[in-house]
Amino acid sequence: MASEATFNYKVVRQFAIMTVVWGIVGMLVGVIIAAQLIWPDMTAGIPWLSYGRLRPLHTNAVIFAFGGSALFASSYYCVQRTCQVRLFSDGLAAFTFWGWMAVIVLAAITLPLGMTSSKEYAELEWPIDLLITAVWVSYAVVFFGTIAKRRTPHIYVANWFFGGFILTIALLHLINSAEMPVTLTKSYSAYAGVQDAMVQWWYGHNAVGFFLTAGFLGMMYYFVPKQAGRPIYSYRLSVVHFWALIFTYMWAGPHHLHYTALPDWTQSLGMVFSLILLAPSWGGMINGIMTLSGAWHKLRDDPILKFLIVSLSFYGMSTFEGPMMSIKTVNALSHYTDWTIGHVHSGALGWVAFISIGAVYYMIPRMFGKTEMWSTRLITVHFWVATIGVVLYIAAMWIAGVMQGLMWRATNPDGTLTYAFVESVKATYPFYVIRLVGGVMFLSGMLVMAWNTWRTASGAIAYEAPIPAGAPAHA
Amino acid sequence: MSDFTSGFWSIYVIALTLGGIAFCAWLLLTTGKGVAPPTEGGKVGTTGHVWDEDLAEYNNPLPKWWSNLFWITIVFSIVYLVLYPGLGSIKGVLGWTSTGQYEKERGDVDARVKPLYDKFASMDLAAVAADPEARAMGERLFLNNCAQCHGSDAGGARGFPNLRDGDWLYGGEPAKIVETITGGRLGVMPALSAVLGEQGTKDVAAYVRSLSGLPHDSLRAQLGRPLFEQNCSACHGADGKGNQLIGAPNLTDAIWLYGSSEASIIEGVVKGRNIAVSEGTLAMPSFKDTLGPSRIHVVAAYVWGLSNRPAPR
Repeated sequence: MASEATFNYKVVRQFAIMTVVWGIVGMLVGVIIAAQLIWPDMTAGIPWLSYGRLRPLHTNAVIFAFGGSALFASSYYCVQRTCQVRLFSDGLAAFTFWGWMAVIVLAAITLPLGMTSSKEYAELEWPIDLLITAVWVSYAVVFFGTIAKRRTPHIYVANWFFGGFILTIALLHLINSAEMPVTLTKSYSAYAGVQDAMVQWWYGHNAVGFFLTAGFLGMMYYFVPKQAGRPIYSYRLSVVHFWALIFTYMWAGPHHLHYTALPDWTQSLGMVFSLILLAPSWGGMINGIMTLSGAWHKLRDDPILKFLIVSLSFYGMSTFEGPMMSIKTVNALSHYTDWTIGHVHSGALGWVAFISIGAVYYMIPRMFGKTEMWSTRLITVHFWVATIGVVLYIAAMWIAGVMQGLMWRATNPDGTLTYAFVESVKATYPFYVIRLVGGVMFLSGMLVMAWNTWRTASGAIAYEAPIPAGAPAHA
Repeated sequence: MSDFTSGFWSIYVIALTLGGIAFCAWLLLTTGKGVAPPTEGGKVGTTGHVWDEDLAEYNNPLPKWWSNLFWITIVFSIVYLVLYPGLGSIKGVLGWTSTGQYEKERGDVDARVKPLYDKFASMDLAAVAADPEARAMGERLFLNNCAQCHGSDAGGARGFPNLRDGDWLYGGEPAKIVETITGGRLGVMPALSAVLGEQGTKDVAAYVRSLSGLPHDSLRAQLGRPLFEQNCSACHGADGKGNQLIGAPNLTDAIWLYGSSEASIIEGVVKGRNIAVSEGTLAMPSFKDTLGPSRIHVVAAYVWGLSNRPAPR
């Protein structure tokens, strides 16, 4: 099977299946910590089940395990298919799979044990950071090596985004994780004070911008036109929004540090470039949604397309919300509230998870030589359960966040605060319950997906599609 | 500005920022104009490239509303950077700073509420405590600033004194309460187990429990008495009644900051108290700058009133 005459579907299949598995794990941990906010004593004071340790496990699991697996799977699939060649190196590709899985397992062990560099989304300690680096360099070699030996004259737009994502994540990881090891499980950041905070949020926002956006836009550019059976809406729009997005995201980090010790000029630049980012972000949404223009009827009975298009709507919504929240006066209300949690989940669940789910539903049957999942009805069920779940989640957090912001700033005529902090916690309680319901629904959708995947795969033989022979299409 | 170690970095930031904005504008200008897209029978054509059997791209022009949106954000950015700090060490036309905004908002509130507090500033603390309006204001100040440690009901918690029991570490006279709030307090008990030894520590703990009539091992208490007099009485007094000048607690009453159990007393002797923040003990902070004298006057009256019956009006 593994010859130059076929595509390497093995690594794609492995990552696609692990996307479903890690999705369930990461979201289950999310559900547990959401429940802990309602019942704080739920885990009986066991240290490694405490909120503070499970929360980074949740974020790492959904971003890097679930999202990461989806990105590996889709980028390996897309780059082979659009370059019309097998992956550059089967061995290195296998190393990226097993290496990445090792990173995730190590994260799942060390984070509950309380081993952390304390940098958000970069909590893993230095030995794991080194492993990530090795995996990522291999990933870059496999990806760009495949591009280099392509049989098509042009590089497809999805690969620009995957390529940009791979390069920037390497840069971000190396710079933010620069640290001085003290013991095997403890290190200290190379930066101090406000500079450490700035480097951290330069990394933190670009983790959103490149890991959770550029990479998934690459996914979008392959799977939306494929599933819709329509050409991409505008090549020139993809050129301008690609370069503007890649360039501008790099500047947006300081909006995480408004009204802090960060110098005013840095905060202003973060805000200004976050606003400029609105149009480049929407460029991707327009290109995706308008690709469907003329084929809207397909949405009616194709649940995969529903996932893909709704993900773009959530992408547009959260990339509008983001620039608004970066405005200092808005941020003064929204910062530190659950509004931020709502914002991040409209991106993470509505955009990242939805597009990944759509892409995985597209890939899984093809990995087993089929064209469709075992049950299309179950995909529809998954779609509606997940959609209602997201809406409940983000609506609850929006209301809670705005309420918290308003309560925290309310003052009496004598200048004292109207509400003690604990009163805002009490008022948030019902919204935590709604959020939990939304989260449980989203998780249930993933379980439906796992069942559907199992039924699609069981009894089927692992398949590797032949690379079409003959001269590739020329422009 | 002290943010820059040399003038070079300011110019560097300005050049990168303006260059970045110019790059966005250039992208829009070069992709927005140019030849009309090729058409196939009145329809926009694809670029002619095909990938993976059927992936193609139309080359529609940029949506007008979208380019306009992009232009608006670019223009807004330039205007914002003229008005506000952002371009290196250039301060911006409005002279805005976040510190300035904070000070102005703070000053506005202070000016607005000043008459409210001025009304009570000249009054005697006991009289302020008797005033229902002042008491309500004092309670709100207390809930904002004190309740985090002392509790919403001022009942205290382990390591944080109860403020309504009439027992005072540093004295409960109005002037003393004002002094405590204004300057903060840091009571420190040193660790003494190195001097006392393991048995000695247990003996002293038994003696301390005997002072307030708690059940104790009388033999150990007898042995602990001389040890107490040598090592503890300098602060807690020979009779164990404490010393308000240095905040040493009275050990003969039923009020315990860290609990009356033998284990807790031994822990205090072994580790000392208020030594390390990591042990969960914290000093009372100074509220001189955050509250200022007129608010301290009102909240001190409230605290005083919790354990003193204010004179009827």
